[in-house]
Amino acid sequence: MDIIYSSGLELARAIKDKEISSVEATSAYLDRIEAVEPRVSAFVNLCADDARGRARDIDRAIAAGDEAGPLSGVPIAIKDVLSTRGFATTCGSRMLEKFVPVYDATAVERVTAAGTVMLGKANMDEFAMGSSTENSYFGPTHNPWDLDRVPGGSSGGSAAAVSAGEAPWALGSDTGGSIRQPAALCGIVGMKPTYGLVSRYGLVAFASSLDQVGPMALDVSDCAALLGVISGHDKCDSTSIAQPAVNYLSRLTGEVKGLKVAIVKELSSEGIDPGVLEKIKATMDVLEGLGVACDEVSLPSFSYGLSAYYLIAPAEASSNLARFDGVRYGFRAAGEFADVWEMYDATRAQGFGPEVKRRIMLGTYALSAGYYDEYYAKAQKIRTLIVQDYARAFDTYDLLVSPTSPTTAFKLGEKMDDPLTMYLSDICTIPVNLAGIPALSLPCGLADGLPVGFQIMGPPLSEQKILDAALALERELQFDPRPAGLEAG
Amino acid sequence: MAISIDDVEHVAKLARLELSGEEKETYRRQLSDVLEHARVISEVDTDGVEPTSHTLPLVNVFREDEVRPSLPVEEVTRNATWAEGGAFKVPRII
Repeated sequence: MDIIYSSGLELARAIKDKEISSVEATSAYLDRIEAVEPRVSAFVNLCADDARGRARDIDRAIAAGDEAGPLSGVPIAIKDVLSTRGFATTCGSRMLEKFVPVYDATAVERVTAAGTVMLGKANMDEFAMGSSTENSYFGPTHNPWDLDRVPGGSSGGSAAAVSAGEAPWALGSDTGGSIRQPAALCGIVGMKPTYGLVSRYGLVAFASSLDQVGPMALDVSDCAALLGVISGHDKCDSTSIAQPAVNYLSRLTGEVKGLKVAIVKELSSEGIDPGVLEKIKATMDVLEGLGVACDEVSLPSFSYGLSAYYLIAPAEASSNLARFDGVRYGFRAAGEFADVWEMYDATRAQGFGPEVKRRIMLGTYALSAGYYDEYYAKAQKIRTLIVQDYARAFDTYDLLVSPTSPTTAFKLGEKMDDPLTMYLSDICTIPVNLAGIPALSLPCGLADGLPVGFQIMGPPLSEQKILDAALALERELQFDPRPAGLEAG
Repeated sequence: MAISIDDVEHVAKLARLELSGEEKETYRRQLSDVLEHARVISEVDTDGVEPTSHTLPLVNVFREDEVRPSLPVEEVTRNATWAEGGAFKVPRII
């Protein structure tokens, strides 16, 4: 079988049936990484030897007939924001360049228990702050569809790794679109679950009321399988929902007939690239053809989503990132200091990159005396209006849709000097995080040779319905996730 | 919403960030742009709207107060740049 670009589930089956071994699968991906990584730069650190060793152990266990996890022997890439015991977790930052966690994140523990083999840690915008992966201290990742373009962000390394055939699937994290937007720009499937469905234990915190871990994969079935494995209550995260893991894969039907779906007007008019919009409308037509009643809905509060997000998320970040003080872990500035305050100031000045500092400054300002009510408290009220607008829409419609990103992948460097323009890349994905609801990005075609993502949103805990709709579309659209240019280059 | 260099210096002090002169000017300009854009939210009528800090209907989550093993001191201090004898070393505090 062709290992590269096989789905994770196909690999799991082939390994279980002893058609291929885990060592063969793992080596094939490590070879592929060696071949394309100089052009793509999807990884911060690789763990080739550990991966081969683990694959050998799994092959031995399977040969001995031992009980094996459902995803036994299948390689995976992990975004470098998730703690991995004994293996560097940098968050794309100089601050954590040499940080080696002493425990695994719960999501990592669960994919490991399911039998996956970690290939390495995927590149990302520093502390998950960004929409292009250009904010990584370790340099940018390149989009496999066009190496002069960004893969999106902040989970750009995870998305590019899957797209380039360097891993069959990956874990990412999504605070304002960081799974869905890079999935869209790289032509893969990515899902942000309902807030609280997946444990945040061991996920380095950016904005704690918005952050969620989620799957990134070549197809919808893989996305469902991986989500099922990482979902479910965790006593180590007090915001984790008290329900057991759900087997989304076994319940996946692709049934959509009779559903009511609406496109969100505020996310599909002003500022959306015409080429993107054309693909979104064509995808709506496909849904209609499948017996779905399609409509348009106006959710006026969404016009204020971006502004509210860029006050709330930096405010939470400014508080979360206060822990990086050069004392207990992470980078510490070299030199002699008159007092501890000088050491803090220098450590944070040298350890954080420009975007992280910008957001800490913005968040500190929004929380500071005299501005709290005008900015932070006001933004939290806008958040309530967004929650209410969604709730009203879901009274009438089963699912809502929109583009995932207002544009296809943009050029490296294009938006780096203008933070506000960069922030606008998140305009379609942000309301989902503010409301804590689930959403998935499905590749729905190409515009000028670059992938377009179709976003499907649902009420809290409607992951199954979203995955079914995505599967129905995937069967019709037959999108090929393999970027042609990569082989030629 | 234009903010001044004094504002930038005040916020940098609160956030414990040492900024160069050039950084101060860049952040002054960029933060002014972002805050100007954010001002649209002041147009929205939010009278009687409760703020949302969290989307889950959770209240306090308690667990039993049981003694559990903690990490060994060597593991806890392993990632510190300056640690000695199971303690973190810092410059003078008072």
